[in-house]
Amino acid sequence: MGSVTATPCVGMTININCDTRAIAPMLNPRYCRAMIAELGHYLLILAMFTSLAQGVLPILGAHKGSENMMAFGDQAAKVLFALIALSFIALTTIFISSDFSVKLAASHSHSMKPFLYKISGVWGNHEGSILLWTLMLAFYAALIPVFGKGLPDTLKARAIGVQGLLTFGFLAFILFTSNPFERLNPVPIDGLGLNPLLQDPGLAIHPPMLYMGYVGFSVAFSFSVAALIEGKVDAMWAQWLRPWVLAAWSFLTLGIMLGSLWAYYELGWGGWWMWDPVENVSFMPWLVGTALLHSIMVLGTRHKLANWTVLLGISAFSLSLIGTFVVRSGVLVSVHSFATDPERGVFILLLLMLATGGALSLYALRAKTLKGPGGFEPVSREGGLILNNLLLATATATVFLGTFYPLFMDAMTGDKISVGKPYFDLTFAPIMLLLIVFMGAAPLLKWRKDSAASLKRLALFGGPLMSIIIALTVLFGKSVLGGIGLALAAYLAFGTLLALARKTQNFKTWRAQPAGTYGFVLAHLGVAIFTAGAVVMSVWAKDDIGRLKVGESLTVSGYEFTLASVAPGQRENYQFLSAKVDVSKNGKEIKTLYPEQRFYPVRNMVTTEAGFHFTLGPTIFSAISEGNSEDGWIIRANYHPYVTWIWIGALLMSLAGFISLFDRRLRFREDLA
Amino acid sequence: MRQITIGLISLFMVLSFALAATAQTPNAEIEARAKDVGRSLRCVVCQNQSIDESDAPLAIDMRKLVRERLKEGDSNAEVIAYMQERYGDFVLLKPPVQSNTYLLWFTPFLLLLAGLIWFIKTSHKAEADS
Amino acid sequence: MRALLPLGIFLLIGLAFAVGLTKDPKLLPSELLNRPVPDFALTELYDETDILTQDMFDGKVSLINVFGSWCVACNVEHPVLMDIAKRNEVNLIGIDWRDERPKAKDWLAKRGNPYRKVIFDNESVLAIKLGVSGAPESFIIDKAGQVRYKHVGVITPKIWRNTLRPIIKTLEAD
Repeated sequence: MGSVTATPCVGMTININCDTRAIAPMLNPRYCRAMIAELGHYLLILAMFTSLAQGVLPILGAHKGSENMMAFGDQAAKVLFALIALSFIALTTIFISSDFSVKLAASHSHSMKPFLYKISGVWGNHEGSILLWTLMLAFYAALIPVFGKGLPDTLKARAIGVQGLLTFGFLAFILFTSNPFERLNPVPIDGLGLNPLLQDPGLAIHPPMLYMGYVGFSVAFSFSVAALIEGKVDAMWAQWLRPWVLAAWSFLTLGIMLGSLWAYYELGWGGWWMWDPVENVSFMPWLVGTALLHSIMVLGTRHKLANWTVLLGISAFSLSLIGTFVVRSGVLVSVHSFATDPERGVFILLLLMLATGGALSLYALRAKTLKGPGGFEPVSREGGLILNNLLLATATATVFLGTFYPLFMDAMTGDKISVGKPYFDLTFAPIMLLLIVFMGAAPLLKWRKDSAASLKRLALFGGPLMSIIIALTVLFGKSVLGGIGLALAAYLAFGTLLALARKTQNFKTWRAQPAGTYGFVLAHLGVAIFTAGAVVMSVWAKDDIGRLKVGESLTVSGYEFTLASVAPGQRENYQFLSAKVDVSKNGKEIKTLYPEQRFYPVRNMVTTEAGFHFTLGPTIFSAISEGNSEDGWIIRANYHPYVTWIWIGALLMSLAGFISLFDRRLRFREDLA
Repeated sequence: MRQITIGLISLFMVLSFALAATAQTPNAEIEARAKDVGRSLRCVVCQNQSIDESDAPLAIDMRKLVRERLKEGDSNAEVIAYMQERYGDFVLLKPPVQSNTYLLWFTPFLLLLAGLIWFIKTSHKAEADS
Repeated sequence: MRALLPLGIFLLIGLAFAVGLTKDPKLLPSELLNRPVPDFALTELYDETDILTQDMFDGKVSLINVFGSWCVACNVEHPVLMDIAKRNEVNLIGIDWRDERPKAKDWLAKRGNPYRKVIFDNESVLAIKLGVSGAPESFIIDKAGQVRYKHVGVITPKIWRNTLRPIIKTLEAD
C-alpha cells in the first residue's frame, strides 16, 4: 500500500506516506526528494561495512605481510570518505529544502529560517553533529594515504586500519542510536526551528572547527596504536605525526576561541570562560595536544619520551571521546549541551572503553619495547620541554578533577558539590603561571646540555622590565596581582623575542627562517597577549546592574550608560525589544549601544542580545532583560578592558600552528644538524 | 585568573604598600563584597553560573538577599554559610576543604610535586648515561 | 607494573562514568530534612492582611507546593493537586513564588484552587530559606512543623500514590 502523494521537487512542502514497496513511483524524478533520506541512510549502512573492511583487512595484511591487503586500506579510506560525504550532503539537502518528513529537520529546522542557519542546523543537533564528526574521522583517514607516501607500509596500513575501526564504531553509534534520516509520520506543516541561541554565525562554524580539532587527534591515536603494534617509536615516527597534531591543535584552538567569543557576546553577561564542563572537556584535549606538540619535538630530536608521547597520543583523542560522551550523555548538567540521552551515553562509553581501553592494554603489553635512553640534563632544551609536559599534564589532571569530581563523588557517596571558577583560580592558575616562567626561558636553551649563562640576557633585561611594570601597575592600577600578571606576560614576550634574536643572529637572517620559527614566535607571543588580556580582565573589569527608566543612567568605571529609549519590533523569525543606550565618558560621547531582548515564537524562547562596542582597548557593552516602562528595565552595563586580547592571543596561537604546517623542513631537527 | 599570581605574592611583598591607597566608601565596599560573595555562589537554577552572572529570577533575589545581609552586618563568610545551610555544599562554587574534598584540592599539588621529584631524579641519571 | 598504571587509572574513570550514568545530576537533596520550617512572615495571596508564619503548620501534616503562574510544568501538576484537595487528605499549602497577585489569582481561578492557604512569596524570601531551586517543588511537613520530605518536579499520580501519600499516612499516625 504505497500511497505516495508528493508535490514536485520545487514545491515547498511534501507529503509522503513513505513505504519501501512504493519503489516504482519513487524512481520517477518527480519524487527525487522523497528518496534522499533513504539514499543517505543506505549510504551510511554501506559505509559501515566499508569501515569494517578498512578496519580489519589492512591490519591483517600488515600482520601477514600481504601487500594487496595493506594497499586495500588506502582505497577503502577514500571510498569510505566519499560514502559518508554523500550521506552528509543528502542530510544537508534535506535541511535546505525543508523536508519535514525527516524527523531531524522537523525538530531542528524551519522553513522561515535564514539560509545559513538551515545549513548550520545540520550540525546544530545531536544526530547531525555526530555525522559531521564521523565525516571528519573518515576525512582524516582518507588524507593518510595522500600525505603518507613515504611511510613504512605496515605502519600506514595499521594506522588506517585503526582509523577504520574508530569510524566503524561511530557509524554503528549513528545507525543504532542516532539515525539522522528517520522519517516522521504524520508530516508536520513546519519545523520547530533551531535553538535560537545557536542561530549565530560564530556558532555556525564553531562546531566544525572544534570537531576538526577533536577528530584530528584520532590520527595521533591511530599512529600511536600502530606504533605499539609494531613495537617501534622513533624520530621518523615523530616527524610523521607532527603535522597531523599541528593541524588538529590549530583547529581546536580556533574552535575553542570561537566558542569563547560566542559565549561572551551571545550569553551577554560578560564571561569569556566559565569553567563549564562542556568548555572543560574541549580544553583538556587542547592541553594534552599542546603537551604532545612539545614532546614530539623531544622525541624527534633527542629520541626521548617515546612512551610518554604514545600515551599523550592516546590521551588526546580519548579526552575528545570523553568530551563527546559528556555532552551527549547528560552525566553532567551544563548550559551548553543540547541533546542528552542516557542510552547514547552508554553506547559512547562502550566505544570509549573499547578504543581507549584497547589502546592502553596494548600499551601495557608493549611499553617495554619502546623504551628509549633515559635521563637528560636539567638545564637544556629537552629539560625545559619535559618540564612543560609535566606542568601541562598536571594542569590537565586538575581540569579533569575539577570537572568530574562532583560526578565521582555523587556516584560514590551521593554528596552533591559544585566546582567552579574559584577552584580553578587556586589550582589551575598557579600551575599555568609556573609554566609561563619556564616558557620564557626554555627556548633560549640549547639541546643536550646548556648552562644558566644562556639566560643571562633574559635575567639582565627581564628582571628590571618586570619590576618597572609591577611598580607602575601598583601605582596607577592599584593591583599587585595585576602587576605580577602583566609582568609575567611581558617577560614571556621578551623571552620569546630574545629567542628569535638568537635564531636570526639579531634579526639579520629573519627572512631565511623556516616557517616553524615564525610559528613558535607567534604562538608564544599569542600566549603572552592572551595572558595580558586575561589578567587585565580579571583585575580591572567592572560590571553593574540596575533598573533604569528612560533617561536614567548607570556609571561604570567612568563610563556613563544612559537608557535613551526602548522600542519593540519584529524581524525575520523573532520579535524583539530594542533599547538604545548612549555611552559617554567625561561628557564625551563614546558610542550608542543597541541591546535587544528577542522572543522566538517557534521555540517559545527568550534570548538576550547584548549591544557591544569592541575595541583593542576597553570593550563596553550593555544588555537588557525584564522590565516595563513604569518600573524601568533591568540593564547591565559592563566595562571590559583588553578583553579582545584574549581572543587575539588565541587566534595568533591558532595561526601559528597553521603557519608551522608550511615548514619546508622539520623544524625540530634544525639544531641537530 | 585573579589568583594566577597568588604563588608569587610573597616575592613582591615589598610593593604591597600601595594597596593601602585603595580605601573605599562604605556603600562601594558593600557592593564590592556583594560581588565577591555573588561570584562564589552557584545559581542553582542555571546549574553552571554564579549568581553574580545570572539574570535568572532566583539569582536576582539571591543577589538582593546577599546585599541585605551584608548591610545588616554579616561578614562574607556568614552570608555564604547562610546560603550553604539552605542549599548545601552544592551552592558553593568553591568547594569547602573537608574530608571528602581533600582529593580534589590536594591532588594537583601532589602531582606537581611528584613530577618535580621525578624530574630531579631522572635528570641526575643523565650524567651516569653520558 | 608501571606500564599497567595508565590502564588502571582509565578503568577507574570508566567505572565512575558508568555509575554516573545511572544518576540524575539535576536532583538536589534538601538541607532542611528533619529540621523545622524556617521562620517567615508573608502575606496570603488573597488576603493581604493575613500574615502567615511558620506556626501555620503546627498540629497537622502539611504538603507545601511551590508554584507560579509563569511555571509551565505546574499546569501539568495542577490536576493532581486538585484531586488531592478533593479527597481532603492533607493540609495542602501553596507558595506562589515570584509572581504577581492578579496573574496568580487569574491562574487559580481558571484551573481551580486546591490550596487551603497560599503564601505569596514574590521575592523568594521563603523560597531561598527552603532551598528551592525551581518550580514545582514540594515539601512534606510533620505535625511538629519539621520538614520531612522534599520532592523536586511535578507530582504525578504515581508519585503521589507510591511515595508522598504513604509518608503522609505514617506521619499522621504518629
